[in-house]
Amino acid sequence: MTIEQGTPLGKKNFAIVIENLLKRFDDVTAVDGVSLQIEEGELFGLLGPNGAGKTTLINILCGLIKPTTGSCKIGGYDVQEDTVKVKDLIGVCPQETAVYPYLKGFENVNLFGNLYTMEKQTLETRRALLFETLGLTAEANRRADKYSGGMKRRLSLIISLIHDPRIAFLDEPTVAMDPQSRHAVWDFIKDLKKKGKTIILTTHYMEEAEGLCDRVGIIDHGKLIALGSPKDLILSNGVRDLEDVFINLTGRKIREEI
Amino acid sequence: MKLQRMVALTKKEMKKTIRQPAALFMIFLFPVVFVFAFGASFGGFGGGQPVYQVGVVNLDQAPPPQSSIQFIEALKDTGILSIKVYDDNQTAQDELSQGRIQAVMIIPAAFSQSLESYRAMPDNPSMWTNATVSLYLDKGSIVATQAIPPIVQQILSAYIGQGQQTIPSPITLKTSSFEVKQPSALDFLAPGMFTFASIFLIMIVAGSFTEDRENGMMKRIRITPTTPTEFMLSQVLSYSVIALIQAILVFLMVYIMGFRPNVEPLVYVFAFALVMIFSLSNVGFGLIIATISKSSSTATGLSFIFVLPQLFLGTFVGSSLSSAAQIAGKFVPSYYVTDALTSLFLRGATLTSPIVLLDLVVVSLSCVIILVIGILLYGKYYKI
Repeated sequence: MTIEQGTPLGKKNFAIVIENLLKRFDDVTAVDGVSLQIEEGELFGLLGPNGAGKTTLINILCGLIKPTTGSCKIGGYDVQEDTVKVKDLIGVCPQETAVYPYLKGFENVNLFGNLYTMEKQTLETRRALLFETLGLTAEANRRADKYSGGMKRRLSLIISLIHDPRIAFLDEPTVAMDPQSRHAVWDFIKDLKKKGKTIILTTHYMEEAEGLCDRVGIIDHGKLIALGSPKDLILSNGVRDLEDVFINLTGRKIREEI
Repeated sequence: MKLQRMVALTKKEMKKTIRQPAALFMIFLFPVVFVFAFGASFGGFGGGQPVYQVGVVNLDQAPPPQSSIQFIEALKDTGILSIKVYDDNQTAQDELSQGRIQAVMIIPAAFSQSLESYRAMPDNPSMWTNATVSLYLDKGSIVATQAIPPIVQQILSAYIGQGQQTIPSPITLKTSSFEVKQPSALDFLAPGMFTFASIFLIMIVAGSFTEDRENGMMKRIRITPTTPTEFMLSQVLSYSVIALIQAILVFLMVYIMGFRPNVEPLVYVFAFALVMIFSLSNVGFGLIIATISKSSSTATGLSFIFVLPQLFLGTFVGSSLSSAAQIAGKFVPSYYVTDALTSLFLRGATLTSPIVLLDLVVVSLSCVIILVIGILLYGKYYKI
């Protein structure tokens, strides 16, 4: 299967460079020879059904698991060799709602701010800004186990961005959110992009990818099967939307395996 | 290593412990382990009848054959008392203060003479030469203080040839506990209580680590620049503080309830330090359980593998356990903590006495070994 290359953005500084990345778990190949370059300030969407290899790819980029072969660089640093420097550059909002339920909202955020050794004043200022932006100010002093599912997702997002990372990995950030919360997060992501952040977004929602992403990569069975701007992919496949692009390339619906 | 990270993680762990009710128990494993541990501790298997170690100092000055030798043989023949003869009182008292024996019996110089005078004129007490057998008991053992005197009295009466209730007698038995404040059950249990509280850290640690793994928090922390050393040190620090608070609370409770050991302040400092060292071995046990547990509920149940033996074999040291349980107890760290505290608080041993130092060495070494095994195992199967 050939990879459809999209239109280059014309920028030269790459935030992420992935070369021939392969990851096997016993006899399962989760990531199969992926090569990819993501430019600084780009909002890149990683699309694919459950089990396609998106989260494995992000886990490798975060230094959580080692690739079987291949290499990846973030901000110019090799993820395997300069893991600590890479961790300073990135923020990761995991797919699962990972917050400490017995800590208050602000305590959760403070904990991670301190793990990034932020100064107290900077931490407090940024925490207040993020709580305000994502509509959680009134809930900051409540324990996280009293939050609704959508509120926990937003809190998780704040935790991942409290240290103002240059590169953000957002793994399904709007899943299980109500429409209002989802739009708030979309606005927030757009704002991050305006500030020059590089964002890697994985999502099942095609409208989310189409509306937000500069480029998308479609992954299926660990392989990168398409790469380009949403508009170019739709045009080159002669279809209406990204959902149809996936059907056109794989013969399946992206969400039928969810 | 960044102190800011360690302080943040320590504060988190403390809040977690304070704010989370940890009141789960295992439905299936608990009864099995409980019955086993309870049975082993109180005579279910391994020989039943306990044997009491009694030291004897024979000061009888009569020419051979001495009646005292026959009396000692009679004591041995019971099978309940294990007799060890000492040449002098000081050596025997040292052994008693270190818990190696549970009683010291002093046979007086006039023992044989007294017996002969009685046998010559059994119906004329005014012609008897009276003598007193002194019995010093291990004040750290409630069973020793309650069980040994009547056994010795019974054998003495039988040997003299009197009924147990017959009075007067040419030879009387005098126990040391008649001379001092009678210890309460609390006095005997207090050292074990210090140890008892810390043992439950196993469950807290195992539950905490598995829960953080389950809800993705461990992964989330690994994404930050926090190093494994910072993380583990913060955990160790947290649980040391928790153990110290536990020990202080337990001490305050037993103090309020009347436990007043007559020891120097330095002994308390030593006791708290020993409990804190012991708590680290429980952190190690907790990590081992967290390694083999797939979920926090499983971890809570599996924790009893280490909790129960330590509770039953290590918190009531001494003759209250069956002989098999006493041997098994020497394989659990809690045994040595309770033994050291019992020696210090109840037996009057000093901080430099060999038994206390030996206990300290065993507790420290086992702590290091268990903690290292725990960290290595957890680190191997689940990245920190």
